[in-house]
Amino acid sequence: MTVPTGRVLSPLHAAWLCVEKHWAWYRRNWRATVISNFLQPVLFLVAIGIGFGSQVQPSEITGGVPYVQYLAPALVVITAIQNATFESTYAILSAFIWQKTFIGIVATPITPAQVLYGQLIWIVGRLLSGCAVFLVIAALLGAVSGPGVLLALPFATLAGMAFSAPIVAFSATLDKPDSFNTIFRFVLMPMTLFTGAFFPVSQLPDWLEPLVWITPAWHGIELARGATFGTLGFLPALGHVAFLAVLTAVGIVLARKYFHRRLAM
Amino acid sequence: MSPLVQAKALTKHFGTFEAVRGIDVEVRRGEAFGFLGPNGAGKSSTMRMIACVSGRTSGDLTVLGMDPDVDGPKIRARIGVVPQLDNLDTELTVRQNLQVYGRYFGLSRAHVRAKAAELMEFAQLTDRANDEVEPLSGGMKRRLTIARSLVNDPELLLLDEPTTGLDPQARHLLWDRLFRLKQDGVTLIITTHYMDEAEQLCDRLVVMDGGRIAAEGSPSELISRYSTREVLELRFQPGSEPPVLDDLAERVEVLPDRVLLYAADGEAALQAVHARGINPVASLVRRSSLEDVFLRLTGRTLVD
Ligand SMILES: Nc1ncnc2c1ncn2[C@@H]1O[C@H](COP(=O)(O)OP(=O)(O)O)[C@@H](O)[C@H]1O
Ligand SMILES: [Mg+2]
Repeated sequence: MTVPTGRVLSPLHAAWLCVEKHWAWYRRNWRATVISNFLQPVLFLVAIGIGFGSQVQPSEITGGVPYVQYLAPALVVITAIQNATFESTYAILSAFIWQKTFIGIVATPITPAQVLYGQLIWIVGRLLSGCAVFLVIAALLGAVSGPGVLLALPFATLAGMAFSAPIVAFSATLDKPDSFNTIFRFVLMPMTLFTGAFFPVSQLPDWLEPLVWITPAWHGIELARGATFGTLGFLPALGHVAFLAVLTAVGIVLARKYFHRRLAM
Repeated sequence: MSPLVQAKALTKHFGTFEAVRGIDVEVRRGEAFGFLGPNGAGKSSTMRMIACVSGRTSGDLTVLGMDPDVDGPKIRARIGVVPQLDNLDTELTVRQNLQVYGRYFGLSRAHVRAKAAELMEFAQLTDRANDEVEPLSGGMKRRLTIARSLVNDPELLLLDEPTTGLDPQARHLLWDRLFRLKQDGVTLIITTHYMDEAEQLCDRLVVMDGGRIAAEGSPSELISRYSTREVLELRFQPGSEPPVLDDLAERVEVLPDRVLLYAADGEAALQAVHARGINPVASLVRRSSLEDVFLRLTGRTLVD
């Protein structure tokens, strides 16, 4: 007679085990992913920050620092947003329809919501580590003005999650990946270029500005750059953080609903 | 002893579609219980409700004495599930798949390490322990899925079409493993659309069709209740009108490719056919199987 050994875990423990699973994968495969995690932001930093930036005089707009240093904290946010997009699209859809690993997990005591929490915790880790690696490279390239830029890390990660959570929710509703290209081209790309990383948003046509204000990237960049250069006021900071937190929370609530619909119906 | 699984008037709807239309099932501890039925019968939908990964639409269901709607995680902690479609983590190794999955059940690292080694032995996968799952054969993946389902030493194991798509050798190996589990006291619930699998593995089974249960019993009971001891199969020239033979057997089924004569003595029936001067292209006398039970109950063949 066999005696079952399984037991029900606390939600946090259960979510953490889902993170462990990703770690088991990452330990074997990190080499394949590590380059793509920061390649594009580093290229931006070199081509635009160092190359093009050599033609830009430090000014009031750059806060008096060289252009490449002005760019660096914003590119930390861009790194987070890009990684958030990758981690929230194909990876999620695959776990539902190709590899079906989520379906395997919810046959254990772990619930759909706990699978989601584990996934989001994992994404936080990926964003933090991706941004940290980017900062190390930026420092080596002389693009970092001082330790203040470390403050960009938590804000970049928050901005990344404010984008990740809603996209995870969206991915959980899909049966095929076709719409991901739309996200990459028409959301991620413009959000990278036009939300204040490379030039002030005030340069955009007036009708575009409100559109920029609803992007997590803009809020993240305002926070990261302001924190790095010590120009961040308390109230604006609170506003940006609140906006990003609400976006994250809405994403989580929706994702929970769709995960449940997908995995427990 | 109370049944391990009990369903009363259990239904499952998807939108307006009724996949399971009110079934009564009782699975006792220690037995191997089967759901035999064609594709679309509602077997997987039923299994997913029992596995507590899909809520029921109406009716009563208890698994291990608990209500899946209330105690889903508790029940899942004590059962093992082999889904119809493998959902292994194909980018992890064989060993990692077992260890990671064991951790979901709250088992310690040391425990899952030892358990993984034991299960790889059981599934004859020890020499592939550190290989990624992706390139493994279908049979190996299926064995790994079964091994994985045992990682928490479940008292109830749910197997949804465990051998579909496997070659005969791989199937026999799997059947052998399932026999062993049964001997160890694990209760098995198996769905299949293979009548030989149902006959081999199941102590008791239900024949399911169109979301309903058409009959219930042990394989031999069902055969004696719904069929004759023997069956004479006759094949005629393709395209020719088969002769009327109704008076030569208890029952006659005319299928597109053959005619089945149900009779206690198949040889005698064949002689009677010959005595009429009828010469089929081929003939075969065999014992009745669950296939014949299914044909009798539904008027259709099990695998088309
Ligand atoms: N998630 C679902 N949504 C809609 N229809 C479904 C779903 N799952 C199963 N069905 C339908 O329910 C019926 C029974 O399916 P299933 O339980 O998988 O049968 P079986 O396992 O016996 O082949 C089929 O017609 C199938 O198309
Ligand atoms: Mg099925």
